[in-house]
Amino acid sequence: MTTTTTTPAVTAVPTRGREGPRPRGRAALFILPAAALLLVFFFYPIATIVWRSFTEPHAGLGNYTALLHDGVSVKVLVRTLVTALIVAVSTLLIAYPYAYAMTKVGARARGVLTVIVLLPFWTSLMARNFAWYMLEQRGGPIERFLGAIGFDGVVLLGTVAGVALAMVQVMLPFMVLPLYSGMEGIDRRLLDAAGSLGAPRWRAFARVYVPLSVPGMLSGFSLVFIMTLGFYITPALLGSPQQSLISQVIGDRVSRLLDFGGAGALGSVLLTVTLLVLFAVSRFAGSSRALGKAVGND
Amino acid sequence: MSPTKDDGGRGIRIRGVSKIYSGTARPAVDDVSLDIAQGEFMTLLGPSGSGKTTMLSMLAGFASVTAGSIEIDGREVSRLKPHKRDLGVVFQQYALFPHLSVAKNVAFPLQQRRMAKADIAAKVAEALELVHLGDFADRLPGQLSGGQQQRVALARAVVYQPRALLMDEPLGALDRRLRDQLQREIARMHRELGMTFIFVTHDQHEALTLSDRIAVFNDGRIEQCGTPAELYERPETLFVAQFLGESTGFRGTVDRAAGVLRCGPHALRAPLLEPALDGADGVVVVRPERLELHVEAGRVAAGHNRVGATVTEIVYVGDRHQVGLRFDDGATGTATHPVGPPLPAMPGEAVTVSWDPRHQAVVADPTGSSVPSPAVEVTADA
Amino acid sequence: MTEPPRDRIKGGKEGGLGWGLRTAVALTGLLLIAPTVVVIPMSFSGADTFEFPPKTWSLRWYRSFFGSEKWMYALLTSLQIGLLVAVVATVLGVAVALGLTRSRFRGLGTVRALLMAPMIMPGIVVAVAIYGVFIRWQLNGTAVGFVVAHTVLALPFVVTAVSTSLSGYDRTMDVAAATLGATAWTTFFRITVPLVAPGVLSGFAFAFVTSLDEVVVALFLQTPDIQTLPVQMYNSITLEIDPTIAAASSLMVVVTTLVLLVPQLVRRERRTR
Repeated sequence: MTTTTTTPAVTAVPTRGREGPRPRGRAALFILPAAALLLVFFFYPIATIVWRSFTEPHAGLGNYTALLHDGVSVKVLVRTLVTALIVAVSTLLIAYPYAYAMTKVGARARGVLTVIVLLPFWTSLMARNFAWYMLEQRGGPIERFLGAIGFDGVVLLGTVAGVALAMVQVMLPFMVLPLYSGMEGIDRRLLDAAGSLGAPRWRAFARVYVPLSVPGMLSGFSLVFIMTLGFYITPALLGSPQQSLISQVIGDRVSRLLDFGGAGALGSVLLTVTLLVLFAVSRFAGSSRALGKAVGND
Repeated sequence: MSPTKDDGGRGIRIRGVSKIYSGTARPAVDDVSLDIAQGEFMTLLGPSGSGKTTMLSMLAGFASVTAGSIEIDGREVSRLKPHKRDLGVVFQQYALFPHLSVAKNVAFPLQQRRMAKADIAAKVAEALELVHLGDFADRLPGQLSGGQQQRVALARAVVYQPRALLMDEPLGALDRRLRDQLQREIARMHRELGMTFIFVTHDQHEALTLSDRIAVFNDGRIEQCGTPAELYERPETLFVAQFLGESTGFRGTVDRAAGVLRCGPHALRAPLLEPALDGADGVVVVRPERLELHVEAGRVAAGHNRVGATVTEIVYVGDRHQVGLRFDDGATGTATHPVGPPLPAMPGEAVTVSWDPRHQAVVADPTGSSVPSPAVEVTADA
Repeated sequence: MTEPPRDRIKGGKEGGLGWGLRTAVALTGLLLIAPTVVVIPMSFSGADTFEFPPKTWSLRWYRSFFGSEKWMYALLTSLQIGLLVAVVATVLGVAVALGLTRSRFRGLGTVRALLMAPMIMPGIVVAVAIYGVFIRWQLNGTAVGFVVAHTVLALPFVVTAVSTSLSGYDRTMDVAAATLGATAWTTFFRITVPLVAPGVLSGFAFAFVTSLDEVVVALFLQTPDIQTLPVQMYNSITLEIDPTIAAASSLMVVVTTLVLLVPQLVRRERRTR
């Protein structure tokens, strides 16, 4: 899997009020070919799948009421949400000390830590999942290691825990990078100030540093949560059909049953959850951006 | 050296404190000893890199002490963590907690001291009143101007009545008008609170205006410590003379027996010479306002030192004129002349420069050149 | 002055990392590295199973990979699709980046967000949706279908990479060039293109790797006639348990790393020149 962080790179057109060619409306035409492509091959298909969830096989909310009553879908949805939550929380807990260490070490060590955290980006998705398959399989290194420290017979392959472990690894960059960039902006003298005002080191950290890193935590957390909801390959390879996540159920409905209506209903639920999280975050980000600005001013 | 009030061991005693940062050979602070009396306004003055901020950091506990001891009110604190020292610190960049409102910032130290909620509210209101920011309690620091933020920082640092208030260039980030205003507020707070203030700055005007005493730092050591008047009128080293105010210096060799400094063709009268200076290279330092200019050499008062010079320029700076001088030997210097009385000479004209030896200081010449160069210009670099 | 400047009070730098933090960082580093590290030795295993660490060593899985018509065909398919996707996505993405940075209109922010949507939408929903319409349009199992679908997914990466280099581009340079007598076209090719080239190159690399590595959409669009390498790898774990995947994985890791490294190296080269 290869991707960059989704922080918007272009935020402002830098030409306003400056000498230079005035931005012309004509430049907007450059967007049209790509927009047309996305419209036809991305937005239209998604609109179609949502539409089909209301029309196939019969018009109405049949697919959605079926989800509520088939005894599986709700369970799968809850399991997916819980898994995403566990993955996001674990990733946050693992990433926080790592990102914090990145702000404290010298430039060279920081470079090494950055390369290491970006490794999951650079490693092919199938290769990575294959590696976890080997590590988690019966008789594999993880089972032997756990056996050696007294936990016999723990096989992660085929369990939600095994899936979550692989997800955490690949999601770490999405948590570490926003956390790090947030922490970078925190003035360490604030900890000194808190110390001089009577707060012991740990309380200064909890009362001052942690609250100021909340915007970074929030953007990392939401990103990881959303992306974890949509994982397909990892649960398919490392999980089990008995404990499937929503993506697998959607995939199975289409590939085995050609049930586009039912798959569309589940897909629409997944889309809605994703958009709701994005919306909530963007609302919250507004207020935390004001804070970030204040931090930046300092 | 320090005003010795009998206050039962209160105040701050710094004894032989040094600081060597790892990876550096030279100490940032080198064997500094200083007594600061309870209620005193002490300024640590010096150029950047002179060790004054490091000294403050060691007082506050942000930097460890390599050697020596620090006692606050009779208690050795040099190994204590910052939060156990009970000192207030104001930082140049304010260091307000950006996620907490003004009131919560000020309440922070009181909460750390487990004070009751009602008491906290009262104390916070009182402290904000002290800095005239009562109406801003609910704002976030980011919504305040720099001057207002620094006033919040002051309120936060004094609200719990610490044993002393340490300030690290608190006015450094502000523009000039705000600096003057806040300077007056700091002076007023010092009067009203009666608290010990320790103020770090590189700005000689701030130091002269605010302080009871000033310790001038250079290369990690204290060059001289005294009242502003002592430092200005009786600098003990060339560095102090240079760093505090403007001055003109005449370089030469001290002849203690004759009571003069031999400086080329001149023999400048220098009574009350330190024995250590005898035969050494020395500098006679005179402040510009002590220099008198005469067109006729005969007008010079008896017993005053005199040197011939040419006026090079006259600059009107509002409250006075600055008169640029080139002395006979080619060196330059500055005198001042009040606005109002007629100017004694115009640029290009020859004058005799004179001054009363009682208003000069003679200091050792650290450059120690054996070839006497009669006059050197000595100006503050700040 | 030889003393390091220590003007302002600085905090927290004395001491460095405690042992607790060091341990946490080391364990996290291990978690991050582990999967990549195990893939390469596994590919040199002499055994018929996925046993790790291997007890015997051989090149048999590389021989099997390069000797197998099925694997080689999958590899070739992936490379062809990847290159086409990279070209198309780069052209479209550069145009989008130029449009986004050089124009202003109502709803610009919305347009930008919509163009980034493929990056954040759940992959399975996109895959099923595209599959649904491609069946009707008879595009599944066709090279065009793969290229189009992967281009959609790769586009945001190109736009991000190019926009980043464009946003650092000072448009007064265009004016400067114009005052020096350059025409708009000369300015574009002599000034804009060289400055933006590194961003375009990394956009190209990202697009190529995105397509090369994509599995979810490819799984749905595959037919027995046309399968990409990741799909073949997926099938070799789920259907066949074929250790050739170890060799394929190693190759993928090496190839994607190299492709993504090239723009970085070019950039560094230009900076030090």
